[in-house]
Amino acid sequence: MANECNNRNESCIRPDDPRYKELKAYIDSVRDQQGINIMVLQEAQRLFGYVPLEVQKWISLELDDVSVGELYGISTFYSQFNLTKQGKHKISVCLGTACYVKGAQAIVEALQQHLDIEVGGISEDEMFSLEATRCLGCCSLAPVMMIDDDVYAKLYDTKQIPEILDKYYLESELEHEMESEVDA
Amino acid sequence: MAAKNKVNVTINGVQVQVPEDYTVLLAAREAGIDIPTLCYLKDINEVAACRLCVCEAEVNGRPMRNLPTACVLKVEDGMIVRTDTERVRKSVKMNLELILANHNRECLTCTRNQTCELQKLCYEMGIDMERFDGETRSVCYDDLSPSIIRDSTKCVLCGRCVSACAKLQNISVLEFVNRGVNTKVAPGFGYSIKDTDCIYCGQCINVCPVAAIKEKEHIKQVWSAIQDPEKHVVVQTAPAVRAALGEEFGVPMGKAVTGKMVSALKRLGFDKVFDTNFSADLTIMEEGYEFINRVKNNGTLPMITSCSPGWIRYCEVFYPEFIDNLSTCKSPQQMFGAVAKSYYAKKEGISPKDVVCVSVMPCTAKKAECARPEMQVDGNRDVDYVLTTRELAKMINEARIIFDRLPEAEPDPIMGEYTGAGVIFGATGGVMEAALRTVADVLTGKDLKDVDYKAVRGIENFKQASVTLPIGGKDVEVKVGVVSSIAAAEKVLNAIAAGELQIHFLEVMACPGGCVHGGGQPHVSAKERMEKIVRAERAKALYSEDKRLPHRKSHENEEIKMLYKEFFKEPNSPISHKYLHTHYAEQFIYMPDVVERV
Repeated sequence: MANECNNRNESCIRPDDPRYKELKAYIDSVRDQQGINIMVLQEAQRLFGYVPLEVQKWISLELDDVSVGELYGISTFYSQFNLTKQGKHKISVCLGTACYVKGAQAIVEALQQHLDIEVGGISEDEMFSLEATRCLGCCSLAPVMMIDDDVYAKLYDTKQIPEILDKYYLESELEHEMESEVDA
Repeated sequence: MAAKNKVNVTINGVQVQVPEDYTVLLAAREAGIDIPTLCYLKDINEVAACRLCVCEAEVNGRPMRNLPTACVLKVEDGMIVRTDTERVRKSVKMNLELILANHNRECLTCTRNQTCELQKLCYEMGIDMERFDGETRSVCYDDLSPSIIRDSTKCVLCGRCVSACAKLQNISVLEFVNRGVNTKVAPGFGYSIKDTDCIYCGQCINVCPVAAIKEKEHIKQVWSAIQDPEKHVVVQTAPAVRAALGEEFGVPMGKAVTGKMVSALKRLGFDKVFDTNFSADLTIMEEGYEFINRVKNNGTLPMITSCSPGWIRYCEVFYPEFIDNLSTCKSPQQMFGAVAKSYYAKKEGISPKDVVCVSVMPCTAKKAECARPEMQVDGNRDVDYVLTTRELAKMINEARIIFDRLPEAEPDPIMGEYTGAGVIFGATGGVMEAALRTVADVLTGKDLKDVDYKAVRGIENFKQASVTLPIGGKDVEVKVGVVSSIAAAEKVLNAIAAGELQIHFLEVMACPGGCVHGGGQPHVSAKERMEKIVRAERAKALYSEDKRLPHRKSHENEEIKMLYKEFFKEPNSPISHKYLHTHYAEQFIYMPDVVERV
């Protein structure tokens, strides 16, 4: 992605980012409708992957009568919105009661160490973001972790973690190679 | 037709006939029954959030499920309501105790002690213990702005401030953010209110039932200045202060307490007690001549008044394209300070450095205005400290002055005389009326007798009038407009920008009803607001004072005449520009480089 930002967890969407044009086209197509604030935020998140301050400021200027405060209120009420940049893959570790008792905290710590990442943060290579979640509804598999839609069950042994993560690195490399082949 | 639209309801056995669009809460009042409320604020916040107004109700013999909330429950014919059952009383008490569980209960040292609506409810409902104790919301104390402090530990999440900011001002700085136990009322992205679109009008403070939002007090600084023998402390009071200060001491709303206020200030130890009305008259001279010049010389029109610092900040943030329309005149508060530290200091032989200028204002935005970097002349800040009407009342209490036994006193000479024109500045339409009184005289060269421009009076949010005046040798129909509250001002600005509204002169006041309803005025509880229109009551006090005064036009003020003769020479002269005029610039909000977050 064309992003020269080196600071993790910080946003660097430039004012001339072409995705703003797409967002404006979307806003123009729904402008006459009522209650479009959520829809616009969703579209912005689809385009940018997250809705940081500068995007919300831009939306607030673009929509009449909507303040940054209002948009921020919406984007912190619904868990579907991200205010910070997300990794390519989203790791969710269940910290519900069952998983916690079975040692989920150790998974979180292992991930933090292995990826040099904070809970709620993103790894330096932008491959992974890490989140602690409430019960995922599969307590019999505790302790459980999800990466995107894949479920990793009964992770008693945190030594498995590097291996699991490698799969995603490998996938990414393969994708990359295929892309370069197509280009060639 | 009235009878047709009325319905019969029975509340606690009392039968009343009320309009069909009434809520049970309003109907109960008709029946002489008070239903406890905390989040409810008539016409502004009717959201059933606090659940203290729960009741039992039945329609056609069928009881309603659970306990409905009276503030949003519409009456129906034959409805039977009970608010006095054990079930209701227990629920109300428990809901109140649950609110208390998440409230910082330092009531004895709280700024809202005795004006707190939550405290009053606890007393009235006989809450005698703290039954619930548990995790409380995270603490956020934002005192970075020059005007407004937010204290999340006191917040009861009633949403009144959110609604006031959205409905009265259409700005929506404050919003509910996060959810569940983490819910709080705050601006976006953890910014301090000082870096947001907040204009410091303080309407949120006025509606807050507790002390979750309050002004940044200058009381301590003022006491020390008074105590300092090296300092010559002068005080000015804005017109709207006298219209409301009495409320803090049991005087009925709408009665001006000018004389007692002046003697209270003298007893507090101020070296000189002057009046902002004096500089309001001065503002009219400067602004009136500025207007005439703009019309004569094809300057930017409409000219828009610049007395309201909330409005100024709003214009700078949201409508920078209108900055050239703003009168370059400083507000009366700032003009007063500039004159006190130049003309007055010189006349009295005091060094301007030793003069401390304190103002008492109905306004929280004035605190931010006096701190603006450009509000100084030759290194002397125009105004050093700003007290709100509430803070003045606190100082009077602290000094143990018995307010209603005070004699009447007059402000000190040199900067204390004022005309009726200066007094009415405090109500919406007042600046316009005052300006017209002077502009009309100047242009016709006559002493016009009919000075009541009633078209611009009243509490409606937007008013228009036109006056035919001879300008540049021909009769010009001068169209004027008066608008109060930012929500209404926004519409007027949009109409001007779209070319739908052509006017020459526009008065804008940020607060609905003007300064009498400012963010620094005494708190009026939600219950009292159900009974009266605060801004109309207080405005009455100003117009009756206007009628009473011998001079009602700014240019007839003898001390103003003297000031021009001895110092400024004439309105809009180079020297008056140095002291009395200013400039504005676009302001930016939510800037990414701001590091201070709360």
